[in-house]
Amino acid sequence: MSEDVWILGIHMTKFGKRPDKDTVGLAAEAALGALADGGVTMRDIGVIGAGNLMGGAAPIGQILQKQIGQTGVPVFNVSNACATGATALRTAIMAVKAGECDMGLAVGVEKLAGAGLLAGGARSADADTWTPRGRYGAVAAVDGRIGTETMPGVFAQIGMEYGHRYGGVDFELFARISEKNHAHSTLNPLASYQKRFTLEEIMGDVMIAYPNTRPMCSANCDGAAAAVVVSDARLRTLSAEQRRRAVKISASVLTTDPWEEGCQVLPNVNTLTRNAAKAAYEAAGVGPEDLDLVELHDCFATAELVHYDNLMLCEEGGAADLFRSGATWRDGKTPVNVSGGLESKGHPIAATGIANIWEICHHLRDEAGERQIEGARVGLAHVIGLGSACGVHILERSAA
Amino acid sequence: MTAQIPIVDYLVLEPEPHLVAHSCRGCGARYFDHRDACASCSGTEFDEVDVATTGEVRAFTIVSMAAPGIPVPFVAALVDCDGTSVRANIVNVPPDPEHVTLGMKVRLATESIGADSAGTEAIGFGFEPLEGATK
Repeated sequence: MSEDVWILGIHMTKFGKRPDKDTVGLAAEAALGALADGGVTMRDIGVIGAGNLMGGAAPIGQILQKQIGQTGVPVFNVSNACATGATALRTAIMAVKAGECDMGLAVGVEKLAGAGLLAGGARSADADTWTPRGRYGAVAAVDGRIGTETMPGVFAQIGMEYGHRYGGVDFELFARISEKNHAHSTLNPLASYQKRFTLEEIMGDVMIAYPNTRPMCSANCDGAAAAVVVSDARLRTLSAEQRRRAVKISASVLTTDPWEEGCQVLPNVNTLTRNAAKAAYEAAGVGPEDLDLVELHDCFATAELVHYDNLMLCEEGGAADLFRSGATWRDGKTPVNVSGGLESKGHPIAATGIANIWEICHHLRDEAGERQIEGARVGLAHVIGLGSACGVHILERSAA
Repeated sequence: MTAQIPIVDYLVLEPEPHLVAHSCRGCGARYFDHRDACASCSGTEFDEVDVATTGEVRAFTIVSMAAPGIPVPFVAALVDCDGTSVRANIVNVPPDPEHVTLGMKVRLATESIGADSAGTEAIGFGFEPLEGATK
């Protein structure tokens, strides 16, 4: 087995509206923050994994280097939808594990404030002559005519499908999940929103795609997060303080969706998450019962429910009962999304897969202040990018 | 009779409207899009198979906010047609959770989505309740 890799430094910017900085400015704030947190500089970094979806083909890693340090090291600009940040991190981890270098930097950044609904795009006027086009031989736009391409609508169906399979699920249950995450966010000064909502306010808010109302959807916002990873051998040469604050990456797993009936009709976000979780638990030698906290991909309230099951935080089919038991509130058995989650902390897409790891590290280092989960030793961070990709990382407090 | 064309080529209008899938000859996996190969077994030979015209709603959402130009609200759903998953709108029923339910039995229904400059009428499809459709 190859040697362990550690998080040496990590940083998350304030999420929200950030007109003070452009995309690379936010990436630089996160990267310089992570380097300073780890007590190292760009001269120590041997590889960079970077992600930014809204920038299209622009090489965000090199654009960042041109602001904070053109050292000539290889850059991997990655794109994996909402799992882009986790993919950038995994790239840096793989390079260190492979022995290509002993320290790597991963960065994810997005400017998304005010982006509105993420959907298949505006419907253009129908053509003058019906002509079959594309892989479905479509003569007209199909979004809205043959189902929906909006993210709130897709994930609403994913939650409803779980309800159909196992029962015990209704609009109020999903709204209560959102109530939890918004309540958690009041303790997170870096969250986009820190407002607590009542159940009635959540259920009575603007309906986006039943059963997801507006506060049950992830918040589009600006933000960045970055992490410095280091090999075990290099870490041993660093100071006692650096070793004490280092967080062990006990598992780093990335999966895609295996073929199953229906998976090209409605995305199946379940199996690839379950596969990633199983592989991660096995690699880390821990089980779901060992987790002190979990940050999972609540892009919509309907998504959080299914991932309780996919991450095996409950018996199969038991997600609604798990939630109703109070287990996933911050004072429960397995606190989930104590950061406020994507619904409240916000979801700057490419930053999310590193920001969730920052949250876990913050607790494992006993540095989370008011929202600290006392005595946290093991945590799990999960993201899903539709398409699909799933990243699961299990992190453990340093024994040093 | 006005010339007609289906909104997508996997909707076949004659003799009665129904959906047709590409079924992998090797493993039976079904697809509605044009294929390069099978995503399940990588086989490259397919047969055309008719999909059942009745089914059960396995998941749905009522879309109240969509991209510009798309009329709302509408019901988008995943319909299980005798083992084949189909994406479609639920039509001819009020778009609310009192009238659309999980497990509801539905059947294929077609409707005109308009004529082009040559007068050809495009035909769309959805699923309507087996019981109590409003038209």
